Amino acid sequence: MIDVAGNAFKDAILSMDRSTAGSELRRIWENGGRTPASVESVVRLVLEDIGNEWERGDLSLAQVYMSGVLCEELVAPFLPERGSAFPSDKGPRMAIAVLEDRHTLGKRLVSSALHAEGYFPTDYGSGLNAERIAERAGEEGVEVLLISTLMLHAALKVADLRKRLESLGLPTRIIVGGAPFRLDESLWREVGAHAFGPTAHSALSLMHSVGVIA
Amino acid sequence: MNAPAMTSLERVLTALSHKEPDRTPLFLLFSHYGAKEMGMSIREYFRRPDRIAEAQRRLRDKFDTDCLYGFLYGPLEVEAWGGEVIFADDGPPNAGQPFIRSPAQIRDLDVPKMDAPSLGIVLDTLRRLRDVAAGEAPVIGVVMSPFSLPVMQMGFEPYLRLIYEEQELFERLMRVNSAFCVAWANAQIEAGANAICYFDPLASTDMIPLKMYRRTGFSVARDVISRINGPTATHLASARASGTADLIAETGATILGFSCQDDAAALKRQVRGKLSLLGALNGVAMRRWTPEEAEATVRALIRSCAPGGGFLLADNHGEIPWHVKEETLFAVRDAVRQWGRYPISGEC
Repeated sequence: MIDVAGNAFKDAILSMDRSTAGSELRRIWENGGRTPASVESVVRLVLEDIGNEWERGDLSLAQVYMSGVLCEELVAPFLPERGSAFPSDKGPRMAIAVLEDRHTLGKRLVSSALHAEGYFPTDYGSGLNAERIAERAGEEGVEVLLISTLMLHAALKVADLRKRLESLGLPTRIIVGGAPFRLDESLWREVGAHAFGPTAHSALSLMHSVGVIA
Repeated sequence: MNAPAMTSLERVLTALSHKEPDRTPLFLLFSHYGAKEMGMSIREYFRRPDRIAEAQRRLRDKFDTDCLYGFLYGPLEVEAWGGEVIFADDGPPNAGQPFIRSPAQIRDLDVPKMDAPSLGIVLDTLRRLRDVAAGEAPVIGVVMSPFSLPVMQMGFEPYLRLIYEEQELFERLMRVNSAFCVAWANAQIEAGANAICYFDPLASTDMIPLKMYRRTGFSVARDVISRINGPTATHLASARASGTADLIAETGATILGFSCQDDAAALKRQVRGKLSLLGALNGVAMRRWTPEEAEATVRALIRSCAPGGGFLLADNHGEIPWHVKEETLFAVRDAVRQWGRYPISGEC
């Protein structure tokens, strides 16, 4: 549940009002005992709420994206610097990629949502085929792959990715997202994904449901 | 007594004047699907205007559709600007790396000439389609809206930041893109297109807030459409239309391509008499439909949208996916023949 301060912060970022959003976040930091957790929890709730409103058709994709950009920018000074080892500092080894397509917005939204939770998936980039993703996941022992697609023929290639991961003997879980899966809610099962995320913020809960986070 | 069958052109024009033709017009929009019909690779197919025109003729005969479609693939316009296109074996060609790598490049951007090779293939195709149509079926040309084209020109994320944070460069990009769009649309009309489909997926509240659309994409569309020398259909390429439909009606567009995620009956009530509707079969789900599901879906859409005219049945994205079975398309055709005949029984 977002409190009054959280709502003020949310209104400010949806209006792209950097100055007010920054002031509200500082107030949250002060009132929360100057801890990263106080800021993280509010930002997480706000972004989750914005994602849900987009899912219901009450907000636009542009608002979701720009809110994420602004939150990342504003929240950075309040968080400790993360380590430089494997990009994911906590949780399972995870990677994110755009299969076939070059459109990176979905990948960016999911990454932002995970960053806000303190998870940092390795970014494999875009325009990749199933073979390349599977090989790299194998080399790096990736436990969960977050796959974004824009076009139907790319979404269908998830089946190839699953097959390649299995042929390498990898237990890697695949979580998919993107327009084709939104337009046909049975598609993710058909292509052998382990889960489908309708919003960027569903990624974390899906990692619980596919068993890579306890 | 049954009225004599109309030609496709008569059927479409009657529907667009918000009257009831003999049956609901069917627009199965085939782009790369034509390569399958011709047994060619998609890359090779799109280099051959003669093959594209022949595929359009065959597919129209086979599925009894009411238009010929001069659309090849989305990033074709980007090619004219020097951008990269990536061909797939089983889907539409996609835009490669954006050619605008930095917003500052927008200052030096020039309008491509109409003799760019990729545009020439379309114009050649349209001339051939005009002959194929022989005045009995509408030939549809296609442009990307100046407002949505930058997603391919510079990438979605940098473009959103441009809209929100770089007003001057955004306006400059819209001026250049608008000049290209008007010239490109009018060249297609001159070559044989009877109408222009103005693809504008960003013109949806799924994509940007209504307030932002009003001061950006709406203003651009109103200006551009007023300078296109033919009727225009605004198509949102699967994005929901209900949030912006009232504004789109003020742009000068006469047709609105809507989404399978819109409430079709409510949208029909919203735009009745102002816009004709084009849509909205779910192309992604269509891939796995049984003939019975195809029939039920077509029937429901016709009942919601066809009474009173002002409705063309089509998929909701603007192209039939490669993976859709012919069996399904035959079922769509047959359902239109059976349930699309006027008078339609049903409420909307």
